[in-house]
Amino acid sequence: MVRNGLMQFPRVLKDLDLIISQMYSIGYSSLPLIALTSAFTGMVATVQTAYQVREYVPLDLLGAGVGKAIMLELAPVTTALVLAGRAGAAMAAEIGTMKVTEQIDALEAFSIDPHCYLFLPRFLASLVMLPVLVIFSMLVGILSAIMIASVALDVEAYTFAESLKLFFKYRDLLGGLAKSLFFGGIIATMGCHYGFMAEGGAQGVGKATTGAVVAASVLVLVSDYFVGALVFV
Amino acid sequence: MIEVRRLSKTFNGNPVLQGVHLTVEDGEILVVIGKSGCGKTVLLKHLIGLIEPDEGEILVDGVAIYELNRKQLLEMRKRFGMLFQSAALFDSLTVGENIALPLKEHTSLSKKIIEEKVREKLRLVGLEGIEHLRTSELSGGMKKRVGLARALVLEPNYILFDEPTTGVDPIMAERINDLIIDLQERLKVTIIAVTHDLRSAYKIGTRLAMLAEGRIVFVGTVSEIKSSTNSTVMEFIRSYG
Repeated sequence: MVRNGLMQFPRVLKDLDLIISQMYSIGYSSLPLIALTSAFTGMVATVQTAYQVREYVPLDLLGAGVGKAIMLELAPVTTALVLAGRAGAAMAAEIGTMKVTEQIDALEAFSIDPHCYLFLPRFLASLVMLPVLVIFSMLVGILSAIMIASVALDVEAYTFAESLKLFFKYRDLLGGLAKSLFFGGIIATMGCHYGFMAEGGAQGVGKATTGAVVAASVLVLVSDYFVGALVFV
Repeated sequence: MIEVRRLSKTFNGNPVLQGVHLTVEDGEILVVIGKSGCGKTVLLKHLIGLIEPDEGEILVDGVAIYELNRKQLLEMRKRFGMLFQSAALFDSLTVGENIALPLKEHTSLSKKIIEEKVREKLRLVGLEGIEHLRTSELSGGMKKRVGLARALVLEPNYILFDEPTTGVDPIMAERINDLIIDLQERLKVTIIAVTHDLRSAYKIGTRLAMLAEGRIVFVGTVSEIKSSTNSTVMEFIRSYG
Protein backbone atom coordinates (compact mmCIF):
# COMPACT_ATOMS: atom_id res chain seq x y z
CA MET A 1 0.00 0.00 0.00
CA VAL A 2 2.69 2.49 1.04
CA ARG A 3 4.88 1.61 -1.96
CA ASN A 4 1.93 1.76 -4.38
CA GLY A 5 0.77 5.07 -2.98
CA LEU A 6 4.20 6.70 -2.90
CA MET A 7 5.01 5.54 -6.43
CA GLN A 8 2.12 7.75 -7.55
CA PHE A 9 3.61 10.81 -5.83
CA PRO A 10 3.65 12.86 -9.06
CA ARG A 11 -0.17 12.88 -8.89
CA VAL A 12 0.02 15.19 -5.88
CA LEU A 13 -0.96 18.29 -7.86
CA LYS A 14 -3.97 16.51 -9.37
CA ASP A 15 -5.13 15.46 -5.91
CA LEU A 16 -4.45 18.80 -4.24
CA ASP A 17 -8.10 19.33 -3.34
CA LEU A 18 -8.23 15.87 -1.70
CA ILE A 19 -5.05 16.62 0.27
CA ILE A 20 -6.38 20.00 1.41
CA SER A 21 -9.66 18.43 2.48
CA GLN A 22 -7.73 15.81 4.51
CA MET A 23 -5.50 18.51 6.03
CA TYR A 24 -8.64 20.32 7.14
CA SER A 25 -10.12 17.15 8.60
CA ILE A 26 -6.93 15.96 10.33
CA GLY A 27 -5.58 19.35 11.33
CA TYR A 28 -8.09 22.16 11.68
CA SER A 29 -10.91 19.96 13.00
CA SER A 30 -8.60 18.52 15.67
CA LEU A 31 -7.56 21.91 17.11
CA PRO A 32 -10.13 22.10 19.96
CA LEU A 33 -9.31 18.57 21.15
CA ILE A 34 -5.55 19.16 20.92
CA ALA A 35 -5.93 22.48 22.76
CA LEU A 36 -7.85 20.80 25.59
CA THR A 37 -5.51 17.81 26.00
CA SER A 38 -2.38 19.96 25.68
CA ALA A 39 -3.61 22.46 28.26
CA PHE A 40 -4.21 19.77 30.86
CA THR A 41 -0.99 17.94 29.95
CA GLY A 42 0.96 21.18 30.48
CA MET A 43 -0.77 21.82 33.79
CA VAL A 44 -0.30 18.31 35.19
CA ALA A 45 3.34 18.27 34.06
CA THR A 46 3.93 21.52 35.95
CA VAL A 47 2.23 20.45 39.16
CA GLN A 48 3.87 17.01 39.25
CA THR A 49 7.33 18.28 38.29
CA ALA A 50 7.11 20.80 41.12
CA TYR A 51 6.01 18.06 43.51
CA GLN A 52 8.96 15.84 42.53
CA VAL A 53 11.79 18.39 42.52
CA ARG A 54 10.81 21.10 45.01
CA GLU A 55 12.99 19.57 47.79
CA TYR A 56 16.15 19.48 45.64
CA VAL A 57 15.80 22.17 42.95
CA PRO A 58 14.53 25.76 43.22
CA LEU A 59 11.17 26.21 41.47
CA ASP A 60 12.69 29.11 39.50
CA LEU A 61 14.03 26.38 37.19
CA LEU A 62 10.59 24.81 36.72
CA GLY A 63 10.23 26.32 33.24
CA ALA A 64 13.32 24.55 31.94
CA GLY A 65 12.18 21.11 33.08
CA VAL A 66 8.55 21.43 32.09
CA GLY A 67 9.34 23.15 28.78
CA LYS A 68 11.77 20.43 27.77
CA ALA A 69 9.34 17.68 28.77
CA ILE A 70 6.59 19.29 26.70
CA MET A 71 8.76 19.86 23.63
CA LEU A 72 10.59 16.55 23.66
CA GLU A 73 7.91 14.18 24.76
CA LEU A 74 4.52 15.34 25.94
CA ALA A 75 3.39 17.44 22.98
CA PRO A 76 4.46 14.99 20.24
CA VAL A 77 3.23 11.86 22.01
CA THR A 78 -0.09 13.14 23.39
CA THR A 79 -0.89 14.80 20.04
CA ALA A 80 -0.09 11.58 18.20
CA LEU A 81 -2.16 9.45 20.58
CA VAL A 82 -5.11 11.82 20.31
CA LEU A 83 -4.77 11.87 16.51
CA ALA A 84 -4.51 8.07 16.40
CA GLY A 85 -7.86 7.92 18.17
CA ARG A 86 -9.46 10.67 16.14
CA ALA A 87 -8.00 10.73 12.63
CA GLY A 88 -6.66 7.16 12.48
CA ALA A 89 -10.03 5.76 13.56
CA ALA A 90 -11.84 7.98 11.06
CA MET A 91 -9.59 6.80 8.22
CA ALA A 92 -10.08 3.12 9.11
CA ALA A 93 -13.85 3.53 9.48
CA GLU A 94 -14.26 5.47 6.23
CA ILE A 95 -12.07 3.22 4.10
CA GLY A 96 -13.41 0.09 5.84
CA THR A 97 -16.98 1.14 5.04
CA MET A 98 -15.95 1.78 1.43
CA LYS A 99 -14.40 -1.68 1.34
CA VAL A 100 -17.44 -3.57 2.63
CA THR A 101 -19.86 -1.60 0.42
CA GLU A 102 -17.85 -2.35 -2.77
CA GLN A 103 -16.78 1.29 -3.20
CA ILE A 104 -13.13 0.20 -3.27
CA ASP A 105 -14.00 -2.36 -5.97
CA ALA A 106 -15.79 0.43 -7.82
CA LEU A 107 -12.63 2.57 -7.74
CA GLU A 108 -10.64 -0.38 -9.11
CA ALA A 109 -13.30 -1.03 -11.75
CA PHE A 110 -12.94 2.57 -12.94
CA SER A 111 -9.17 2.14 -13.16
CA ILE A 112 -8.57 4.37 -10.15
CA ASP A 113 -5.87 2.99 -7.84
CA PRO A 114 -7.44 3.08 -4.33
CA HIS A 115 -4.02 3.32 -2.67
CA CYS A 116 -3.28 6.34 -4.71
CA TYR A 117 -6.71 7.95 -4.44
CA LEU A 118 -7.36 7.20 -0.76
CA PHE A 119 -4.01 6.55 0.95
CA LEU A 120 -1.70 9.14 -0.61
CA PRO A 121 -3.77 12.27 0.29
CA ARG A 122 -4.26 11.02 3.86
CA PHE A 123 -0.58 10.13 4.25
CA LEU A 124 0.67 13.49 2.95
CA ALA A 125 -1.92 15.44 4.95
CA SER A 126 -0.85 13.58 8.12
CA LEU A 127 2.84 14.24 7.45
CA VAL A 128 2.16 17.96 7.09
CA MET A 129 -0.43 18.41 9.83
CA LEU A 130 1.16 16.41 12.67
CA PRO A 131 4.14 18.79 13.05
CA VAL A 132 1.77 21.78 12.82
CA LEU A 133 -0.47 20.33 15.53
CA VAL A 134 2.56 19.47 17.68
CA ILE A 135 3.79 23.08 17.50
CA PHE A 136 0.29 24.21 18.49
CA SER A 137 0.28 21.67 21.32
CA MET A 138 3.70 22.89 22.56
CA LEU A 139 2.44 26.49 22.65
CA VAL A 140 -0.79 25.63 24.47
CA GLY A 141 1.05 23.28 26.86
CA ILE A 142 3.70 25.85 27.76
CA LEU A 143 1.18 28.68 28.17
CA SER A 144 -0.94 26.47 30.44
CA ALA A 145 2.18 25.54 32.40
CA ILE A 146 3.07 29.21 32.85
CA MET A 147 -0.47 29.94 34.01
CA ILE A 148 -0.67 27.12 36.55
CA ALA A 149 2.87 27.80 37.81
CA SER A 150 1.92 31.39 38.44
CA VAL A 151 -1.49 30.70 40.01
CA ALA A 152 -0.78 27.55 42.05
CA LEU A 153 2.97 27.53 42.68
CA ASP A 154 3.86 31.21 43.02
CA VAL A 155 6.36 31.03 40.17
CA GLU A 156 6.08 34.25 38.19
CA ALA A 157 5.45 33.98 34.47
CA TYR A 158 8.63 35.98 33.77
CA THR A 159 10.75 33.60 35.93
CA PHE A 160 9.22 30.53 34.28
CA ALA A 161 9.81 31.94 30.76
CA GLU A 162 13.40 33.01 31.59
CA SER A 163 14.30 29.53 32.84
CA LEU A 164 12.70 28.03 29.75
CA LYS A 165 14.72 30.39 27.53
CA LEU A 166 17.97 29.78 29.41
CA PHE A 167 17.97 26.03 28.79
CA PHE A 168 16.22 26.08 25.39
CA LYS A 169 17.96 24.22 22.56
CA TYR A 170 16.76 24.14 18.97
CA ARG A 171 17.57 20.45 19.00
CA ASP A 172 14.77 19.92 21.55
CA LEU A 173 12.24 21.56 19.27
CA LEU A 174 13.50 19.82 16.13
CA GLY A 175 13.62 16.45 17.92
CA GLY A 176 9.96 16.82 18.89
CA LEU A 177 9.06 17.75 15.33
CA ALA A 178 11.09 14.85 13.89
CA LYS A 179 9.07 12.49 16.09
CA SER A 180 5.83 14.04 14.88
CA LEU A 181 6.75 13.33 11.25
CA PHE A 182 7.12 9.62 12.05
CA PHE A 183 3.93 9.64 14.08
CA GLY A 184 2.00 11.28 11.21
CA GLY A 185 3.17 8.58 8.82
CA ILE A 186 2.30 5.82 11.29
CA ILE A 187 -1.23 7.10 11.99
CA ALA A 188 -2.17 7.45 8.30
CA THR A 189 -0.58 4.14 7.33
CA MET A 190 -2.29 2.18 10.11
CA GLY A 191 -5.65 3.93 9.58
CA CYS A 192 -5.63 3.18 5.84
CA HIS A 193 -4.11 -0.31 6.14
CA TYR A 194 -6.74 -1.54 8.59
CA GLY A 195 -9.47 0.13 6.52
CA PHE A 196 -8.34 -1.70 3.37
CA MET A 197 -8.24 -4.98 5.32
CA ALA A 198 -11.82 -4.65 6.64
CA GLU A 199 -14.09 -7.56 5.79
CA GLY A 200 -17.72 -8.42 6.38
CA GLY A 201 -20.09 -5.70 7.50
CA ALA A 202 -20.39 -3.30 10.42
CA GLN A 203 -18.53 -5.72 12.71
CA GLY A 204 -15.60 -5.85 10.29
CA VAL A 205 -15.45 -2.06 10.15
CA GLY A 206 -15.54 -1.92 13.95
CA LYS A 207 -12.66 -4.39 14.20
CA ALA A 208 -10.67 -2.46 11.59
CA THR A 209 -11.19 0.79 13.50
CA THR A 210 -10.12 -0.72 16.81
CA GLY A 211 -7.14 -2.40 15.14
CA ALA A 212 -6.03 0.86 13.55
CA VAL A 213 -6.14 2.80 16.83
CA VAL A 214 -4.38 0.08 18.83
CA ALA A 215 -1.66 -0.49 16.21
CA ALA A 216 -1.06 3.23 15.68
CA SER A 217 -0.89 3.92 19.45
CA VAL A 218 1.53 1.05 20.11
CA LEU A 219 3.72 1.98 17.14
CA VAL A 220 3.76 5.64 18.22
CA LEU A 221 5.08 4.64 21.65
CA VAL A 222 7.61 2.15 20.27
CA SER A 223 8.91 4.51 17.57
CA ASP A 224 9.03 7.30 20.17
CA TYR A 225 11.88 5.44 21.86
CA PHE A 226 13.77 4.70 18.65
CA VAL A 227 13.46 8.20 17.18
CA GLY A 228 14.31 9.65 20.58
CA ALA A 229 17.38 7.44 20.85
CA LEU A 230 18.42 8.35 17.31
CA VAL A 231 18.09 12.09 17.81
CA PHE A 232 19.23 12.54 21.39
CA VAL A 233 21.76 9.79 22.16
CA MET B 1 -14.74 -10.67 -27.35
CA ILE B 2 -14.22 -12.13 -23.89
CA GLU B 3 -13.15 -15.74 -23.39
CA VAL B 4 -13.22 -17.41 -20.00
CA ARG B 5 -11.13 -20.59 -19.89
CA ARG B 6 -11.03 -23.21 -17.10
CA LEU B 7 -11.68 -20.56 -14.44
CA SER B 8 -11.56 -21.89 -10.88
CA LYS B 9 -11.77 -20.10 -7.56
CA THR B 10 -12.01 -21.40 -4.02
CA PHE B 11 -12.77 -19.31 -0.93
CA ASN B 12 -11.78 -20.79 2.45
CA GLY B 13 -11.84 -24.32 1.04
CA ASN B 14 -15.23 -23.77 -0.58
CA PRO B 15 -15.00 -24.15 -4.38
CA VAL B 16 -17.09 -21.41 -5.99
CA LEU B 17 -15.99 -21.69 -9.62
CA GLN B 18 -14.76 -25.05 -10.92
CA GLY B 19 -13.40 -24.81 -14.44
CA VAL B 20 -15.80 -22.28 -15.98
CA HIS B 21 -15.73 -21.96 -19.78
CA LEU B 22 -17.64 -19.12 -21.39
CA THR B 23 -17.37 -16.93 -24.49
CA VAL B 24 -18.96 -13.50 -24.81
CA GLU B 25 -19.36 -12.31 -28.40
CA ASP B 26 -19.03 -8.64 -29.35
CA GLY B 27 -22.30 -6.72 -29.36
CA GLU B 28 -24.39 -9.28 -27.49
CA ILE B 29 -26.15 -9.19 -24.16
CA LEU B 30 -25.10 -12.32 -22.30
CA VAL B 31 -27.02 -12.95 -19.11
CA VAL B 32 -25.54 -15.33 -16.55
CA ILE B 33 -28.29 -16.80 -14.39
CA GLY B 34 -28.10 -19.00 -11.33
CA LYS B 35 -29.24 -19.33 -7.74
CA SER B 36 -28.23 -16.70 -5.18
CA GLY B 37 -24.74 -17.42 -3.90
CA CYS B 38 -23.75 -19.68 -6.82
CA GLY B 39 -20.78 -17.49 -7.79
CA LYS B 40 -22.24 -15.15 -10.43
CA THR B 41 -20.76 -12.01 -8.89
CA VAL B 42 -17.43 -13.79 -8.37
CA LEU B 43 -17.41 -14.66 -12.09
CA LEU B 44 -18.26 -11.06 -13.03
CA LYS B 45 -15.51 -9.64 -10.81
CA HIS B 46 -13.00 -12.02 -12.42
CA LEU B 47 -13.83 -10.54 -15.84
CA ILE B 48 -12.51 -7.15 -14.79
CA GLY B 49 -9.61 -8.47 -12.71
CA LEU B 50 -11.06 -7.58 -9.30
CA ILE B 51 -10.50 -11.16 -8.13
CA GLU B 52 -7.55 -13.31 -9.10
CA PRO B 53 -8.43 -16.90 -10.07
CA ASP B 54 -6.76 -19.99 -8.60
CA GLU B 55 -6.62 -21.49 -12.09
CA GLY B 56 -7.64 -20.58 -15.61
CA GLU B 57 -7.49 -17.43 -17.67
CA ILE B 58 -9.61 -14.68 -19.14
CA LEU B 59 -8.89 -13.17 -22.53
CA VAL B 60 -10.27 -9.74 -23.36
CA ASP B 61 -9.92 -9.04 -27.08
CA GLY B 62 -7.22 -11.74 -27.13
CA VAL B 63 -5.23 -10.37 -24.18
CA ALA B 64 -4.85 -12.55 -21.07
CA ILE B 65 -5.73 -10.11 -18.31
CA TYR B 66 -4.00 -11.99 -15.51
CA GLU B 67 -0.69 -11.71 -17.32
CA LEU B 68 -0.90 -7.91 -17.33
CA ASN B 69 1.01 -5.84 -14.80
CA ARG B 70 -0.99 -3.52 -12.56
CA LYS B 71 -0.58 -0.50 -14.83
CA GLN B 72 -1.68 -2.45 -17.89
CA LEU B 73 -4.62 -3.93 -15.97
CA LEU B 74 -5.79 -0.46 -14.89
CA GLU B 75 -5.50 0.64 -18.53
CA MET B 76 -7.48 -2.38 -19.74
CA ARG B 77 -10.26 -1.68 -17.24
CA LYS B 78 -10.98 1.62 -18.98
CA ARG B 79 -12.70 -0.50 -21.65
CA PHE B 80 -15.18 -1.69 -19.01
CA GLY B 81 -18.01 -0.06 -17.14
CA MET B 82 -19.57 -1.82 -14.19
CA LEU B 83 -22.82 -1.45 -12.32
CA PHE B 84 -22.49 -3.04 -8.90
CA GLN B 85 -25.33 -4.82 -7.13
CA SER B 86 -25.45 -2.14 -4.43
CA ALA B 87 -24.55 0.55 -7.02
CA ALA B 88 -21.43 1.24 -4.89
CA LEU B 89 -21.72 5.00 -5.30
CA PHE B 90 -19.02 6.95 -3.45
CA ASP B 91 -20.95 8.30 -0.49
CA SER B 92 -18.55 11.16 0.20
CA LEU B 93 -19.34 12.62 -3.25
CA THR B 94 -22.47 14.08 -4.82
CA VAL B 95 -24.22 12.40 -7.74
CA GLY B 96 -22.47 14.70 -10.22
CA GLU B 97 -19.06 14.14 -8.62
CA ASN B 98 -19.60 10.35 -8.71
CA ILE B 99 -20.21 10.39 -12.45
CA ALA B 100 -17.47 12.93 -13.11
CA LEU B 101 -14.78 11.06 -11.14
CA PRO B 102 -13.64 8.65 -13.91
CA LEU B 103 -13.45 11.57 -16.34
CA LYS B 104 -11.48 13.72 -13.91
CA GLU B 105 -9.07 10.87 -13.27
CA HIS B 106 -8.52 9.69 -16.83
CA THR B 107 -9.05 12.63 -19.16
CA SER B 108 -7.86 16.20 -19.44
CA LEU B 109 -11.32 17.51 -20.30
CA SER B 110 -12.26 20.94 -18.99
CA LYS B 111 -14.63 21.29 -16.04
CA LYS B 112 -17.32 22.62 -18.37
CA ILE B 113 -17.14 19.66 -20.74
CA ILE B 114 -17.13 17.21 -17.82
CA GLU B 115 -20.26 18.88 -16.43
CA GLU B 116 -21.90 18.61 -19.86
CA LYS B 117 -21.03 14.90 -20.08
CA VAL B 118 -22.42 14.31 -16.58
CA ARG B 119 -25.69 16.00 -17.59
CA GLU B 120 -25.80 13.95 -20.80
CA LYS B 121 -25.35 10.62 -18.98
CA LEU B 122 -27.94 11.54 -16.36
CA ARG B 123 -30.35 12.44 -19.18
CA LEU B 124 -29.64 9.03 -20.74
CA VAL B 125 -30.79 7.27 -17.57
CA GLY B 126 -33.73 9.62 -17.08
CA LEU B 127 -32.41 11.52 -14.07
CA GLU B 128 -31.54 14.98 -15.31
CA GLY B 129 -31.03 17.77 -12.77
CA ILE B 130 -29.93 15.72 -9.74
CA GLU B 131 -26.17 16.37 -9.97
CA HIS B 132 -26.11 18.25 -6.67
CA LEU B 133 -27.86 15.55 -4.58
CA ARG B 134 -25.98 13.44 -2.04
CA THR B 135 -26.14 9.70 -2.74
CA SER B 136 -27.89 9.19 0.63
CA GLU B 137 -30.85 11.18 -0.74
CA LEU B 138 -31.46 8.71 -3.58
CA SER B 139 -33.89 5.78 -3.70
CA GLY B 140 -32.65 2.28 -4.59
CA GLY B 141 -33.77 2.61 -8.22
CA MET B 142 -32.17 6.04 -8.57
CA LYS B 143 -28.91 4.69 -7.15
CA LYS B 144 -28.89 1.92 -9.76
CA ARG B 145 -29.47 4.43 -12.56
CA VAL B 146 -26.79 6.81 -11.25
CA GLY B 147 -24.45 3.79 -11.05
CA LEU B 148 -25.32 3.05 -14.65
CA ALA B 149 -24.65 6.66 -15.70
CA ARG B 150 -21.24 6.39 -14.00
CA ALA B 151 -20.55 3.07 -15.74
CA LEU B 152 -21.24 4.71 -19.11
CA VAL B 153 -19.26 7.89 -18.65
CA LEU B 154 -15.97 6.62 -20.11
CA GLU B 155 -17.93 5.17 -23.06
CA PRO B 156 -16.72 1.61 -22.49
CA ASN B 157 -16.85 -1.32 -24.94
CA TYR B 158 -18.05 -3.72 -22.27
CA ILE B 159 -20.63 -3.07 -19.55
CA LEU B 160 -21.01 -5.46 -16.63
CA PHE B 161 -24.25 -5.52 -14.63
CA ASP B 162 -24.39 -7.23 -11.24
CA GLU B 163 -28.05 -7.97 -10.44
CA PRO B 164 -29.36 -4.85 -12.19
CA THR B 165 -32.99 -5.33 -11.09
CA THR B 166 -32.47 -6.65 -7.56
CA GLY B 167 -33.86 -4.46 -4.82
CA VAL B 168 -36.07 -2.30 -7.04
CA ASP B 169 -39.83 -2.45 -7.58
CA PRO B 170 -41.24 -4.23 -10.68
CA ILE B 171 -41.92 -0.97 -12.54
CA MET B 172 -38.39 0.27 -11.95
CA ALA B 173 -37.02 -3.18 -12.88
CA GLU B 174 -38.87 -2.93 -16.19
CA ARG B 175 -37.42 0.55 -16.80
CA ILE B 176 -33.91 -0.71 -16.07
CA ASN B 177 -34.41 -3.65 -18.46
CA ASP B 178 -35.62 -1.26 -21.20
CA LEU B 179 -32.65 0.99 -20.49
CA ILE B 180 -30.17 -1.90 -20.89
CA ILE B 181 -31.71 -2.94 -24.23
CA ASP B 182 -31.83 0.67 -25.42
CA LEU B 183 -28.18 1.21 -24.44
CA GLN B 184 -27.03 -1.85 -26.31
CA GLU B 185 -28.94 -0.84 -29.45
CA ARG B 186 -27.74 2.76 -29.36
CA LEU B 187 -24.13 2.31 -28.25
CA LYS B 188 -23.50 -1.16 -29.73
CA VAL B 189 -21.69 -2.20 -26.55
CA THR B 190 -21.20 -5.74 -25.26
CA ILE B 191 -23.16 -6.37 -22.09
CA ILE B 192 -22.70 -9.09 -19.51
CA ALA B 193 -25.33 -9.20 -16.79
CA VAL B 194 -25.65 -11.60 -13.89
CA THR B 195 -29.04 -12.06 -12.26
CA HIS B 196 -31.39 -14.55 -10.67
CA ASP B 197 -34.33 -12.56 -12.04
CA LEU B 198 -35.52 -14.82 -14.90
CA ARG B 199 -38.05 -12.29 -16.19
CA SER B 200 -35.25 -9.76 -16.62
CA ALA B 201 -32.94 -12.38 -18.16
CA TYR B 202 -35.59 -13.39 -20.73
CA LYS B 203 -36.23 -9.79 -21.64
CA ILE B 204 -32.69 -8.49 -22.11
CA GLY B 205 -30.61 -11.56 -22.97
CA THR B 206 -29.35 -12.29 -26.48
CA ARG B 207 -27.99 -15.49 -24.90
CA LEU B 208 -28.30 -16.94 -21.43
CA ALA B 209 -25.72 -18.97 -19.54
CA MET B 210 -26.56 -20.85 -16.39
CA LEU B 211 -24.04 -21.23 -13.56
CA ALA B 212 -24.59 -24.09 -11.12
CA GLU B 213 -22.21 -25.98 -8.82
CA GLY B 214 -19.35 -23.78 -10.05
CA ARG B 215 -19.80 -24.72 -13.72
CA ILE B 216 -21.65 -23.36 -16.73
CA VAL B 217 -24.33 -26.00 -17.27
CA PHE B 218 -26.20 -24.34 -20.12
CA VAL B 219 -25.60 -21.69 -22.80
CA GLY B 220 -28.24 -20.76 -25.34
CA THR B 221 -31.01 -18.41 -26.40
CA VAL B 222 -34.19 -17.71 -24.46
CA SER B 223 -36.23 -20.18 -26.54
CA GLU B 224 -33.52 -22.83 -26.10
CA ILE B 225 -33.47 -22.49 -22.32
CA LYS B 226 -37.25 -22.70 -22.16
CA SER B 227 -37.17 -26.01 -24.01
CA SER B 228 -34.08 -27.35 -22.21
CA THR B 229 -34.31 -30.85 -20.74
CA ASN B 230 -31.33 -30.30 -18.41
CA SER B 231 -32.66 -31.12 -14.95
CA THR B 232 -30.72 -28.30 -13.20
CA VAL B 233 -32.03 -25.76 -15.71
CA MET B 234 -35.57 -27.09 -15.42
CA GLU B 235 -35.46 -26.97 -11.63
CA PHE B 236 -34.17 -23.38 -11.68
CA ILE B 237 -36.87 -22.26 -14.14
CA ARG B 238 -39.54 -23.94 -12.04
CA SER B 239 -38.31 -22.28 -8.81
CA TYR B 240 -37.42 -18.81 -10.10
CA GLY B 241 -39.65 -18.45 -13.16
